[in-house]
Amino acid sequence: MSEAILSYGSFFLTTALAYAILCLGLNLQWGKTGLFNVGVAGFVGVGAYVSAILTTPWSSAHLGGFGLFWPLGWLAGAAATALMSLLVGALTLRLRQDYLAITTFGFAVAIQLVLLNLQPLTGGPFGIGFIPRPFESLADRPLLFGLGNLAIVATLVLVLYLALQNLSRSPWGRVLRAIREDETAALALGKNAARYRLQAFALGGGLMGLGGAIQAHFTGFIAPNNYLPNLTFQVWTMLIIGGSGSNRGAILGALFVWALWAATGGAITAFVPAELQARASALQIAAIGLGLCLVLLLRPGGLFGLRRHAARG
Amino acid sequence: MNGKPVLRVDRLVAGYEPGLPIVNGASLTLRAGEIVAILGPNGAGKSTLIKAIAGLVATPSGQIWLNGTDLRPLPAHKRTALGLGFVPQTENVFTRLSILDNLKLAAGILPAAGRAAAIDDVLSLFPDLAARPALLAGRLSGGQRQMLAVARALVVKPRILMLDEPSAGLSPRLVLEVFAQLGRIRAQGITILLVEQNVKAALALADRGIVLVGGRERHEGRSADLLGDPGLGALFLGGDAVRETGS
Amino acid sequence: MSLQFLADGLLAGLLIGLGAIGVTLTYAMLRFANFAHGEMMSFGAYVAWSASFLLSALAGTAWPAMGPFSITAAVLLGGLAAMILTAGLALLLDRLLFRHLAGRGEAITLVIASFGASMALRSLIEFAFSSSPLYFSSDLQIAVRLGMGIRVTPDQLALIGLTLCLLLAIHLLVTRTQAGRAMRAVAENPTLAAVVGLDVRRVVGLTWVMGGALAAAAGTMAGILVQIRPNMGFDFLLPLFSAAILGGIGSIPGAILGGIVIGLAEAACVQFVGAEWRAAVAFLILVLLLLLRPRGFFGEAA
Repeated sequence: MSEAILSYGSFFLTTALAYAILCLGLNLQWGKTGLFNVGVAGFVGVGAYVSAILTTPWSSAHLGGFGLFWPLGWLAGAAATALMSLLVGALTLRLRQDYLAITTFGFAVAIQLVLLNLQPLTGGPFGIGFIPRPFESLADRPLLFGLGNLAIVATLVLVLYLALQNLSRSPWGRVLRAIREDETAALALGKNAARYRLQAFALGGGLMGLGGAIQAHFTGFIAPNNYLPNLTFQVWTMLIIGGSGSNRGAILGALFVWALWAATGGAITAFVPAELQARASALQIAAIGLGLCLVLLLRPGGLFGLRRHAARG
Repeated sequence: MNGKPVLRVDRLVAGYEPGLPIVNGASLTLRAGEIVAILGPNGAGKSTLIKAIAGLVATPSGQIWLNGTDLRPLPAHKRTALGLGFVPQTENVFTRLSILDNLKLAAGILPAAGRAAAIDDVLSLFPDLAARPALLAGRLSGGQRQMLAVARALVVKPRILMLDEPSAGLSPRLVLEVFAQLGRIRAQGITILLVEQNVKAALALADRGIVLVGGRERHEGRSADLLGDPGLGALFLGGDAVRETGS
Repeated sequence: MSLQFLADGLLAGLLIGLGAIGVTLTYAMLRFANFAHGEMMSFGAYVAWSASFLLSALAGTAWPAMGPFSITAAVLLGGLAAMILTAGLALLLDRLLFRHLAGRGEAITLVIASFGASMALRSLIEFAFSSSPLYFSSDLQIAVRLGMGIRVTPDQLALIGLTLCLLLAIHLLVTRTQAGRAMRAVAENPTLAAVVGLDVRRVVGLTWVMGGALAAAAGTMAGILVQIRPNMGFDFLLPLFSAAILGGIGSIPGAILGGIVIGLAEAACVQFVGAEWRAAVAFLILVLLLLLRPRGFFGEAA
């Protein structure tokens, strides 16, 4: 296999696995706890920007100059997003489920505006560049650089997967399941359902922030446009198609949908005339939206059949 | 007591979740013009049974015959159209609609020409409601709501009127009033099936009582016999009923 | 201080209110927040534009403007076509998607599905019309001074008039007709509605028709007022939800009042803070509302 294919392969997998982390976060919120978050993009954006601001060299275009080592940035990004989730959750989790949906949706809109308008903090529409990449020193050797990055993300995904699996088998996870299946039963057990939900929501949000930071540090550049509702939609599609409720499904869904996305995107770039490409991309999103609806209608447990029952609200 | 059977329920199974039947093989027959009370301890499935007959609870097996029509495959609104009236225990009026609009809404299944007269007929039975038809139902007291709910069910002149705990939450005086009203309704030839916790009041009104335990009828008899049976309270009716019958 | 925001906000708020009626009713009946409602507004605007474009093409010449307004009879007819077709779209979504998922009793799955439908519709519109904005008219309107620093264009006045007519029609429909009573009843308590003898499915269908038609009207008017973009409806979504919650879920007058509050707040924000923060206003109001009175300000407490 040629080196170019290998390095593209590692680039592809790295990107897809970064999505997998977002999916794992969403799965903890929705699949495991039944919390409906329509503001995924906002949470991912917070993680990305916090980590970028903390790790970039000084710039006149945005807040920065802290120059922290990137893993610290990732941790801070995850922690800041978890905190944000805690706030949003505290506001809405005692209310009806779809209030959470609407509020998270609004949260993402508000974050998008902050990223766009608070130029001294975020760099405004131009975003933030020069975000330090892991293995920066290997940047002139694409294969090693790519494999190094892949190794980091793959390890992280594996660790997170195992941790989440353990967590869902722990007493904590069992309570979450009880709350999801039947709130009255959970309350009868004397557990404070709202607190457990809030914890799951914050933890899931933290994972999204971590995923956002990782994405930012692989591309080296972020802008408000990366965090539009399209992103939320992609992550949801990955989880639903993979099979919500299952961590393995979340990861497989991310890989599968990202492969589809990249392949159709590549085909559009290759075969569609330049002036029609914007329209073709629109069709690509429409097809995925349709696919999501079809999976919900026909295979509510996801394509991979890891769970027999549909996720319940 | 020897009217023709109008409603026949046969080995009915009903429940909210598959595999968890709450009504488990209940049977009963209602004859034209009689008042029957379904009694039994909490959790016996009384309310579920009446809701299943109304079409609000899934019935995996059994039969519900109304004058020769099998109701079981029909959705709730079609059962209403066939003459089955139902007054739920709570949330039984539309609070955001006026008294008159609640009645007009129900009259909608009648031919357009007969609606106004049907509403007038019913209002003549309920002077309290007739006095202020434009009042929002949400502003009515518990007893008035119960009356409106009964009036609403009567607008369409049902063959059978089913009531789920009509005395719940009402003062003793109001209970008497509601039950007196039910007596007058029966006098118009409407058959009545009611679920009641208030055993004494129910049996004072009803011709017969059916005791439901564990989702199935265990005992059936004329009201006077049931009231006079000292063992029955302890056996079937649970603590509440013992207190009621003993008071 | 100029009170311009009152005029701008009132009209924007009425449009939000028109859109929010469908949101609040389907929310109350099906117990789910429909994220595709914004796209019904966009769809309506594009249908209206296409229909008026076709009518002009058929006539071989541009239709004459009516008096001082830029709105032509072709645009009005286009708006009517938009209301009909969007009502059809809403029914189609219900038949193909929402009804099946609602039957499984998993209301929140409906929200995900509506989210997918929203994305698909918006992208299809972008595919068909591209993302560059369209305009009903390129005429410049001369604003009229009303005093207190308020200036309005004839179009704004015409649209306020049209909206008030529509609202009056809805009011009569909902309070004076059996269909209207049925909608209010199902919105309050679908189970009792079935007991009373209403075919809840049909009433829900009727509600989709009304919600879709009103969304199309609002979208068309927003298109006349500003421009038509594939994202226009999606950008309306948060104001629609906020208005519906502010007014109390299931309440039509509440949705209108909520819409006016949001519209005025947004216009005030544009005038006094800056247009770039406009989209955050609905969110802030929503947050305040959830903190202070989650049942809504105008609806009766359930």
